[in-house]
Amino acid sequence: MTLLMGAVAYDPKVVTIWEGFRRWLRDRGLPFDYLLYSNYERQVEDLVAGRIHAAWNSPLAWVRAERLAAAEGRAVRAAVMRDTDRDLTSVVVVRSDSDVHSATDLRGRTVAVGAVDSPQATLIPLAHLRAAGAADLTVRRFDIGVGLHGDHVGGEREAARALAAGEVDAACMIDANHLVFSREGTLPPGSTRIVAQTAPFDHCNMTLVDTAPAALADRFVALLLSMSYADEAVRPLLDLEGLKVWEPGRTSGYAQLADAVDQEGFYDAKGQVTAADYTP
Amino acid sequence: MTDAGLDLDRLGFEAGAHILLERALRALPPGGRLRVTGHDPALAVHLRGWCRSRGHGFAVESDGCVVSLGQAAGLRWIGAQRAGGPRPDGIVRRPPAHWGLAARGALVEAGGPTPPWFDIADRDVVWADLAPRLYAHAAAAQWDPAVAVDWSAGTDLPADIDAAVVQVMTYLVENEQAALVIPARLLARIHPHFREVQQLLAVQAADEARHIEVFTRRALLSGTELGTSSAGGRASLTSLLAETDFSLASFLLSVLGEGSFLALLGFLDEHAPDPVTRQVTRLARVDEARHVAFGVAHLEHQAALDPTLRGRLRAAVERRHDALVDTAGLNADVFDALVVLAAGEWTAAGSPAVTAPCNDSRRRWTTAAGSASSGSASRPTRRRSCPHCTPATSCDQDPPLHAVYGRSSVSYGLELRGLA
Repeated sequence: MTLLMGAVAYDPKVVTIWEGFRRWLRDRGLPFDYLLYSNYERQVEDLVAGRIHAAWNSPLAWVRAERLAAAEGRAVRAAVMRDTDRDLTSVVVVRSDSDVHSATDLRGRTVAVGAVDSPQATLIPLAHLRAAGAADLTVRRFDIGVGLHGDHVGGEREAARALAAGEVDAACMIDANHLVFSREGTLPPGSTRIVAQTAPFDHCNMTLVDTAPAALADRFVALLLSMSYADEAVRPLLDLEGLKVWEPGRTSGYAQLADAVDQEGFYDAKGQVTAADYTP
Repeated sequence: MTDAGLDLDRLGFEAGAHILLERALRALPPGGRLRVTGHDPALAVHLRGWCRSRGHGFAVESDGCVVSLGQAAGLRWIGAQRAGGPRPDGIVRRPPAHWGLAARGALVEAGGPTPPWFDIADRDVVWADLAPRLYAHAAAAQWDPAVAVDWSAGTDLPADIDAAVVQVMTYLVENEQAALVIPARLLARIHPHFREVQQLLAVQAADEARHIEVFTRRALLSGTELGTSSAGGRASLTSLLAETDFSLASFLLSVLGEGSFLALLGFLDEHAPDPVTRQVTRLARVDEARHVAFGVAHLEHQAALDPTLRGRLRAAVERRHDALVDTAGLNADVFDALVVLAAGEWTAAGSPAVTAPCNDSRRRWTTAAGSASSGSASRPTRRRSCPHCTPATSCDQDPPLHAVYGRSSVSYGLELRGLA
C-alpha cells in the first residue's frame, strides 16, 4: 500500500516541493505518493471520505476537516506543521496620514481584505475588528485565488494596493506581508501605520485521517520530523516550502479561526460550506 | 545570564534593521537571547515575522522583544567546503562539479546544482603555470582597432594588388572565425575553478574578434567585395572544430594553426604593399604569439605529466591529414595572392622564383602607373636576413612559398622541440 497525500496546487512550486519530498521519502523506504487539488474543499472532502490518507491543509481546511470528520464519525489529527505555521498574526493597516488610530476608529469605514476564504487577510482580521468594536464596516474583498484559502498572496497584495491608492481606509494582511509589501514598494516605506494586530494563530498542518494505514502514517510523520536543515538534499525543499524544521502538530492555534468561521457563517457545524458567494 | 541587547532606535525593518540584528545575532552563543528595543512603531510586528522566517524564536516581554537564536543559520553551512584557494597555488586537481560557478576560494554551501557542462575539470588536463601571467599580459595588451590603426593612411594601390590583399584578408578572416569559435567552445567546458585559463581563452576570443574586425575593415578600405572562400580551406578549419580533447584542440589550433598563422602574419608584415595592411597584421601577430605561447606552455605541462601525449599529438596530426587528404587543399587564390605580394612586379624577370630569394620587397607596389604596371621600378637585390630560415634551411625557395609551405617542416619542429 502507498500512503497518499493531497496538496493544493496554489503555485507551480508545489510540484517541485512534493516531487522532491516524494523522492526523499521513497529513498527512505516509505511508499508515498501525492495528488494535486485545485482547491482545499475537494481535498478535505476526499480526505474525510478516505480517498486520500493525508492532506497538507490550510488552517481553514483543518477547521472544515475536523467538523466534517466528526459529522461522518471519523477522526482527523494535525500530525505535523512547519515552524513557520506557529504564532502568526494579522495586522490592520492605514495610511500614515489617516485619522484612524484604533480599530474603533474604523467604524463605518471601508476595509480592504483578501479573498473570501483567506484566514489571515479576511476571516481572522475581520473577526478581530468586529470584536474590537469596528462596527458597520464596508468590506472590499479581493477574490483572487478563491478556493486556495489565501495561499495565493494576490488578494492581500491587491488590498494593500487599494489602501496605497486611497480607495479604502484600511487593509488587512499577515504581519510578515506588511514588511514584504513595504520592501517591494507596494506600500511605500513609511506610508502606512498599523492600527490593530490580532492575537497569534496557527497556519497549515499535515492532517491525517483515521482510515490511513497506521504504520505508514506514523512512518510518514516520523520521516517529516526527521528532516534536517543540515541535509543538503532536503534543505532546498524546506526553503521552497518556507520552513526550517517540521514541528509536531498542535490544534491550540485554530480557535480564532473557528470563531471567525462561525461568525461569518463560512462552514456550518458539520463542515458543510455555507458561505455566500464562495465558489472554489 | 543577562541577555545581550540591541537598540535599533528609530531604525525599522523597512530600512534595514535586519542587518544590525543579524550582526548582533552572529555574536551570540548557541541558544543565546537578544533583547531588541527601538522606536519604530512596526518593530514588534516586523520582528515577529522576520524571526519566524529565519527560524529564530520571538517573544514580547515587559521591557521589549526577545529573539532566541535559532539553529538554521548554522545548519545551512554544515558540510560547506572551501573551493580551494583564490590564488593559483590554491587550485585543486579535480574540483567537484557542484562547486560550479562559485568563486575559487569561496565557502561553498553543500548541495545545489551540479552543472554537467564543465567536463574539462582536471588540473593536469587544462592548466599551465604560465596562464596567469599570459592573461595579465593579454589584458594589458588590448588595443582599440579604432585608434591603434591609422585607417586614414589609405591603401593607394593598383586595383589588382589591392585585390591580392583583399583575398588574403578574406582568408585571414576565415581563419580568425575558427580561432574565435574554438577557444570560446572550450572555455564553456572548462570548470570555472580554472578561471585563469578561462580568462585567457576569453581574451583570446576577444583578440580574434578584433582581428576579424581589422582584417575585414582593411579588405573593404577600397570598397571592393571580399575574395573567395574555398571548400578545402573551410574543410581544413572545420576539422579543427571537431576535436573535443582540450589538449589536442589546443595543439591543433594554438600550436599548429596559430603557429603557422604567425609565420603568415610575419610574411605579410614583410611584404605588405600598404601601411594599413602592415599595421593590422603586426597588431594581430603580437596577439597570436601570446596564443601560441599558451598552447606550447600547456602542452609542455601536459607532456611532463603524460608520457603518451606525444603519441596522441602525432595521431591527431595523422587523423587530420587523413580527413583532409581527399580535399582540394587550401585556397589556391590565397597562395597566388601571396606570391603576387612577394613578387613586387608584373614581370617574369621579377618573379621571386627567378631572382634572388628573400629580398626586401616592401613598398615596391606603388600607384605610379609606370612602376606598378610595367615593372620598371627598381628592384632591390640585396639579400637580407630571412625570419623564416634556420641554419638547417637555406633560402633557396621563393619567400612566399617558403613562408607558407615551409612552415610545417621548420617552425613546428622548433615549437615542438621541447616536447620531442
